[in-house]
Amino acid sequence: MAFEYEKYIRKGTLPHIWCPGCGHGIVMKSLLRAIEGLKLDKNDIAVISGIGCASRLPGYLDMNTLHTTHGRALAFATGIKLANPKLKVIVVSGDGDASAIGGNHLIHAARRNIDITLLIFNNSIYGMTGGQVAPTTPIGAYASTMTYGNIDPPFDIVRLVEGAGATFVARTTSYHTAQTEQLIKQAMTHKGFAVVDIIDACPTYFGRKNAPKEAYDMMQVQKDNSIPLQIAQKKKPEELQGKIITGIFVKKEMPEYTDTYYNTIIPKAMGSK
Amino acid sequence: MGKKALLLSGNESCVEGALYAGLQFYAGYPITPSSEIAEGLSRKLPKYGGVMIQMEDEIASMGAIIGASLAGKKSMTATSGPGFSLKQENFGFACFNEVPCVLVNVMRGGPSTGAPTGPSQGDVMQARWGTHGDHPVVAIAPNSVPEILTETVRSFNISEKYRVPVILLLDEIIAHMRERVILPEKGELEVIDRLKPTVPPDQYKPFDISNTPMPLVPPMAAYGTGYRFHVTGLNHRTDGFPTNNGELIEKELLRIMQKMAMYKKNMLKHEEYMLDDAEIGIVAYGSTSRAAKYAVNVLRSEGIKAGMLRYITIWPFEEEAVEKLAEKVKFIVVPELNLGQLILEVERCARGKASVYGVNRVNIEIIHPHEIIEKVKELLHGIRV
Amino acid sequence: MEKNIEIRLSGEGGQGLILAGVILASAALIDGKNAAQSQYYGPESRGGISKSEVVISTGDIIYPEVADPDLVLVLSQVACGPYTKDIRRDDAYVIFDANTVKEFPKLEHGRIYKLPFTMTAHDKLGKPFIANIIALGTIVGLTNVVSREAIEQAVLARVPKGTEELNKTALSEGFELAKTIK
Repeated sequence: MAFEYEKYIRKGTLPHIWCPGCGHGIVMKSLLRAIEGLKLDKNDIAVISGIGCASRLPGYLDMNTLHTTHGRALAFATGIKLANPKLKVIVVSGDGDASAIGGNHLIHAARRNIDITLLIFNNSIYGMTGGQVAPTTPIGAYASTMTYGNIDPPFDIVRLVEGAGATFVARTTSYHTAQTEQLIKQAMTHKGFAVVDIIDACPTYFGRKNAPKEAYDMMQVQKDNSIPLQIAQKKKPEELQGKIITGIFVKKEMPEYTDTYYNTIIPKAMGSK
Repeated sequence: MGKKALLLSGNESCVEGALYAGLQFYAGYPITPSSEIAEGLSRKLPKYGGVMIQMEDEIASMGAIIGASLAGKKSMTATSGPGFSLKQENFGFACFNEVPCVLVNVMRGGPSTGAPTGPSQGDVMQARWGTHGDHPVVAIAPNSVPEILTETVRSFNISEKYRVPVILLLDEIIAHMRERVILPEKGELEVIDRLKPTVPPDQYKPFDISNTPMPLVPPMAAYGTGYRFHVTGLNHRTDGFPTNNGELIEKELLRIMQKMAMYKKNMLKHEEYMLDDAEIGIVAYGSTSRAAKYAVNVLRSEGIKAGMLRYITIWPFEEEAVEKLAEKVKFIVVPELNLGQLILEVERCARGKASVYGVNRVNIEIIHPHEIIEKVKELLHGIRV
Repeated sequence: MEKNIEIRLSGEGGQGLILAGVILASAALIDGKNAAQSQYYGPESRGGISKSEVVISTGDIIYPEVADPDLVLVLSQVACGPYTKDIRRDDAYVIFDANTVKEFPKLEHGRIYKLPFTMTAHDKLGKPFIANIIALGTIVGLTNVVSREAIEQAVLARVPKGTEELNKTALSEGFELAKTIK
């Protein structure tokens, strides 16, 4: 039986804004299958975004949705989660939105271990504004603001959020649809701050100045260059150059912020003079 | 009687007012001279079942309170000059999406880091135009510690009732000053909650005004209550979804501004002191108005018929009050702890019918009554010559 | 309308001037009066010039700071210049700490006294930091701006637990000092 995406899509909001060959739509479908698999009620899900191509996603979903300012989705989401802890809160973000302008909110949401699932649509470029360099653009890659090749070393988002305290950290690619679905599911069932770094392709802007150029070839790269974490762990660093290591990097139980606030702070305050 | 008088600082009084109004969510970032508000709420808000969180920065604090308000909670943040600047982008989001919330800005000496512990009234124009684009705004400037409490409650009421963010403009003097406050009892002051939708969820549009008991004010659903709606900072239609249709864009923005115009009279508040027979008008607000009132008393005792018009609601600006004043006085003096901000509005509304003069200082000290008295006498002398 | 009583406590950060002002204002409330307490201090909490002002009234307080001082206390040299300039009344009290102030400003108005607050705190009570409470005792003793009961109650409500007796003694020492100049 074909999956009924329409159940989750708002009528009249399509077609989406994403370019042909963009992986964002594929990831959105993985997200919807994950939600279906978890048997969640649409009324109990809040999807929040900042600014960028990926940030248009919430508008398409028939849920509690909020399209905020550039980089600030996690801040708004923190307010929503704390105001209504029963909501399942998902933040969708581009790599620039999450790790450049929103970098401070990213590390602090991770540090707090607040129960929010963050999906980073990581295509190594600023797509919406026209192909400018991002904090995830590889050294040497070309961008409209790195005319002579990128000299800014990129973030490894997985290591960044792990270092900041995220309690669930995973990576996949938009090519690996089944893995994306599974990882989103696990991220959403995890209690705490969960990040899935989803390597994605922007043929329009990254492809314009770099190789490969075509959507199909970029997908092929995602497929060919991916190595599961368990295999990567047995390899030497030089063998992992340019590879995409996928899988779950961190999964640990730690006190969750919302829970702690409601179950510790409020009773303590109410019991004090 | 029986009610105990408390000696509270202005910031403490703001905390009491916010709790009285039903605050349920506070997010903030430490900054002098507003931090006592966050500290007070850290202690007290969880006692009321509410959440107080210290965010990673000012921007996040503003974002978090908007999120919490969209999830149905009365929300507030507090800051001062530099933090007020940082909050502006998200504040504009709240203005555009008509998200009720209260932003307290305790004005301190600026620009830039300026004088963290020094008073100022330098953010009057920033309160009006700090965020980009045309937008509605309400700003309220009390002048005493007890009035901070009642005006905090009024800020929440206006914000909730009309779906508009409200800036509570305090200054360092009244925020840190301690005065006598008697806490109001439950029911003593009106507390207003936002309009909730009456239509079923499948018919709900977040900016639709066809099914509202209050013209131009769309009822507001909360996330997680079965009303699945969309909110965006992009220009949007009445259903909340983005649009590039110029006609719809203009229509929606005009509706928000018309809403402000329609209810403006309900948001305005001013105090008139000895204005009936006044020949000299003093227009003041915030802590400076207390020097002005003192000056009026001294001038009156010397036979000079001065009077004061004090703005409590600064924005929207009550043009008519200055228009009326300009008709009857010889001149108007506007003392401000800045180099002349609200005076621009006073001059505009006086329309040349009365000359307008400023008494200004930016030396991080309160304006002294004698400065106002001297200015009035100097001007009077000038007119006689 | 009675004139407000306008009191300025000046010195430097760390001398407990703000606390002293808060205590004085609280005492006024206990007596059923109205009070406004304000302060100035620099970014540093210790060492910089500092003042705390208290206006006490039986009616409304229009201007909350000192516009026409009735009493100025000066507990350190740095505060002498800036905080005694606006004394306009001949019956205003100007009280200097005789131990910390070495050079006294020339004043045209006011009743000028030099009292050993710091020495009393140090020698009699063994706690130099309690000069603020001694000075409060002197101020109340001289002016009766609040009742003795109210100031005692206000002091006890605001000082750290375990220091109540010490503070009561300090207040009494202050009242004694007031007697020496009355």
